[in-house]
Amino acid sequence: MEQSVVVLGVFVQLEALVSAIPKLKDQGWEIRDVYSPVPSHLIEAAVMPGRSKVRLFTLTGGAIGAVGGTLLAIWSSLKWGLITGGKPIISVPPFVIVGFELTLLVGALATVAGFLINARLVSFRKDPHYDSRFSEDHFGLLVTGPSHQQGTISVFLRQAGAAEVHIDEKA
Amino acid sequence: MATYQLSYTDVNRDVLRILRRPGWPYFALLAILILFVSWGAFAWVVQIQRGMGVAGINHPVFWGVYITNFVFWVGIAHSGTLISAILFLLRARWRTAVFRTAEAMTVFAIMTAGLYPLIHLGRVWKFYWLIPYPNQRELWINFRSPLTWDVLAVLTYFIVSSLFLYVGLLPDIKAAHDAVRGWRRRIYGILSLGWRGTVRQWKHFSTAYLFLAALATPLVVSVHSIVSWDFAMSVVPGWHSTIFAPYFVAGAIHSGLAMVLTLLIPIRKMFRMEHYITTDHFENLAKLIVVTGWIMTYAYVTEFLIAWYSANTFEQSIFIYRALGDYAVAFWIMILFNSVIPLFFLIRPLRRNLVTLMVISLMINVGMWFERFVIIVGSLSHEFLPYDWGFYRPTWVEIGISLGSLAWFLMWLLLFLKFFPAVAIAEVKETLLSPAKEH
Repeated sequence: MEQSVVVLGVFVQLEALVSAIPKLKDQGWEIRDVYSPVPSHLIEAAVMPGRSKVRLFTLTGGAIGAVGGTLLAIWSSLKWGLITGGKPIISVPPFVIVGFELTLLVGALATVAGFLINARLVSFRKDPHYDSRFSEDHFGLLVTGPSHQQGTISVFLRQAGAAEVHIDEKA
Repeated sequence: MATYQLSYTDVNRDVLRILRRPGWPYFALLAILILFVSWGAFAWVVQIQRGMGVAGINHPVFWGVYITNFVFWVGIAHSGTLISAILFLLRARWRTAVFRTAEAMTVFAIMTAGLYPLIHLGRVWKFYWLIPYPNQRELWINFRSPLTWDVLAVLTYFIVSSLFLYVGLLPDIKAAHDAVRGWRRRIYGILSLGWRGTVRQWKHFSTAYLFLAALATPLVVSVHSIVSWDFAMSVVPGWHSTIFAPYFVAGAIHSGLAMVLTLLIPIRKMFRMEHYITTDHFENLAKLIVVTGWIMTYAYVTEFLIAWYSANTFEQSIFIYRALGDYAVAFWIMILFNSVIPLFFLIRPLRRNLVTLMVISLMINVGMWFERFVIIVGSLSHEFLPYDWGFYRPTWVEIGISLGSLAWFLMWLLLFLKFFPAVAIAEVKETLLSPAKEH
């Protein structure tokens, strides 16, 4: 198998980076990552179209919370069937409140869990391509291609508007 | 809406500058706050040691300043979520500069509010009885009690608003990490959880943030509704009312917005953030206060109308007592500070002047505290039968704990402002033009 090379193009202009993405894909090169100091719908649409899976986590968590909270209130009331305040053992209005609060609680916990899992966070491995300017005012485009095209990719990135190009042959 | 003439680099520089080592005034202020917190802690220790007798609460007023403070601080928490979540969903871009501080304020206000049920409990070491957990005796909490809903609501609110704050902070913690050296860099590195600002991370971040906002919005409405049901579910005259939930939610936002103003004006000055938090922001907050002030006025009038129209002697008696009885001063402070004074914000120069903004917002804070006092103490001290009437005044223990808790809230806020970016760097950048061509 042919060796591949990772090339990082550092951009100062978001527009230049975004317009380079489809052209890179046409060449058959793979976009490994895009770094940005701000969320950008343009980058997302070009690189990762489609909806985030986090919403499924929220839905599942919310449903578990709603059912779990209501069932906890019902089940625990039945365990100790003592009538208080003249209310029925299974009192619907107050148990709706319990279910409602747990919907939000478990829904929020699941949303955060979904975010961490999908965004591959809580990872402390050092990213060799990350540049501290990516949290300030620069954008990064990380491209993978066959080793022998290393020069072509670099030139392409330069022409597309990259201020700097870094090549990592080890990858 | 405020428009900024700033570059991305300016934002990083200006916001992260706040995190630098502070000067002596900061440490002096922190020391004073810690002193007050210690005083409050001492008062609490005295109460734990000697029992609830050292507090002024006694028959018939069993809910006094502690519960007043609890409701007040839960209320303060609300505007933070209003600004961060509801205005986010409504796409009100002016929130970008102020929402982080408001959100932090929410978390610390709940931390303050959460102390009060524990303090009021007396035997604080039994607090875990309020939490549903499996136990050998199969004893479960009473889910039909509003106090149990309160525990669920306030805990949920604390957890969700903390998560909302933390998730929103991740990109900015990374920016802080990239700008500092030494031990702080290591801590920020751990706290940023490996954030790198990749397209994958941003994509899921945006969705998670949106959903957290969508969950926080109904939560914020439910929390103060539930707090109001602590009162409305009972049969005490002046409490047993169906308007309590919306009345409390509106009051919470009214007091919270005032608190945001009270805190942001000095914070802006202290950390020189005039480029970010502009007079337009203050003006928008002041306009919202006018609206919530009107809702409060409407609720106050409705309460009296209900008492009159119901032809219920006890209900009528309690409202005459509130306006003319032992706590009449508190009542008229409430009317004046919450309903009348905010009307000055209808005059444009007054809502764009820092001095009037500060003075009026402080008055609303005081007025809203007295509103809770009037509702709680004003009702309990004048229930159904004359032999059951009584007068309550707080003791030094209650006052000490109250002031200590105010200092506790401000202390956390002050620490937060030095350790985390107080303005959302990434979100402010979104409102700017991306770096220019000639760069």
